[in-house]
Amino acid sequence: MSARFTVLDLLNLDLREHNALELVCLGGRPGLEREIAVPDLNRPGLALSGFFENFGSDRVQIFGRGETAYLHQLDKERRTDTIEEIFRHPVPCVIFTHQQRPTDSFFEIAERGNCPILQTSLPSSEFSSRLIRALSNVFAAREVVHGTLVEVFGLGVLLLGDSGVGKSETALELIERGHRLVADDSVQIRCVAGNILLGQGAHRSLGHHMEIRGLGIINVTHLFGVGSIRDSKQIQLVVELEEWDNGVDYDRFGEEESTTEILGVHVPDARIPVKPGRNIPIIIETAAMNERLKSMGYYSAKEFNQSVLKWLESENARKLYLRGYRPFDESAEPEEE
Amino acid sequence: MTEKQVTIRNRAGIHARPAALIVQTASSFSSKVFLKKDHETINAKSIMGIITLGAGYNSELTITAEGPDEESAVETLARLFENRFEEE
Repeated sequence: MSARFTVLDLLNLDLREHNALELVCLGGRPGLEREIAVPDLNRPGLALSGFFENFGSDRVQIFGRGETAYLHQLDKERRTDTIEEIFRHPVPCVIFTHQQRPTDSFFEIAERGNCPILQTSLPSSEFSSRLIRALSNVFAAREVVHGTLVEVFGLGVLLLGDSGVGKSETALELIERGHRLVADDSVQIRCVAGNILLGQGAHRSLGHHMEIRGLGIINVTHLFGVGSIRDSKQIQLVVELEEWDNGVDYDRFGEEESTTEILGVHVPDARIPVKPGRNIPIIIETAAMNERLKSMGYYSAKEFNQSVLKWLESENARKLYLRGYRPFDESAEPEEE
Repeated sequence: MTEKQVTIRNRAGIHARPAALIVQTASSFSSKVFLKKDHETINAKSIMGIITLGAGYNSELTITAEGPDEESAVETLARLFENRFEEE
């Protein structure tokens, strides 16, 4: 996204199927470079009737059936003062839903004010929810990180680590094993709906390419097929690859949950040391499956410890029993308290 | 070779957390470190091995170490046992 999101950018948004806004421009083209600064919309009913206090003039204005019918009423009464007042405000654009057209007088005033007039075939409520969704995506907090995003067993895994530690090579083997590449090298992360991190390639038009040392740039889609790629994926696990360091204590048991913070969202993470002979892709596959088990409420490490504790407890109880009831048994050694 | 006898003093015995602590400590020495209980001997750098010893409250273990820093390895590990692995 460029720093300025304009009406033209709204028209150019590449949204499909249940996300499509189905917008066309009816007039006011010089105003297409107006900025949409807030991810919100306004129904200008009150403004049309002459009430301009708290008028949300910096928002996209939606004209549904009611508003359009009122425009016709105003037209019949030859009243245009409120319409002119609306366009004295810096309205980014007006959008007519249900494939309705504005009245001629409205059209003329809007054109004169250089305000884009857009039209959609969708009903107002549906259009409103799609527009809010689209705009909140556009305005979502975002950041670009150096890493590789792969989908492993349906789980979005973000591989991080220094250059040359083997992120791309690890991803390549994961793809070879049937998993999917979302983005390599630079991953654009957006925070949507407050706590979901969506990752995708930083430049969509560049497609799914990877740089492999010694080979150069390869096209993953062509080499491995469309089944091996994905456009965007929620980040559910962060794997930090690092050179094996004998002085560092790596997690041996896995009971403690550690997380990484990205854009204010905490994502479970794992630090995996790399050294020759360690098969990192298989470790990542296992980490992904273990994470899925956790999301189902099964914590391998915790459950294991529970059974160890239970076992030790029962061993203790058995020892006490043996000591208490068979004092002459030689296998029960006397113990001082 | 250095040896030392220790007794498990924490109520829960050697479960995952103490085992991880033992492994972490043992791994910081270059000597080979073993734990012996009854007739079983296991490598003190293996977390699963230690847990499967089934060392409960009051059971007795022998710490053995062999290598350049065997004495301090045994000493440091024995101190862990004496401190009840910082548990109750």
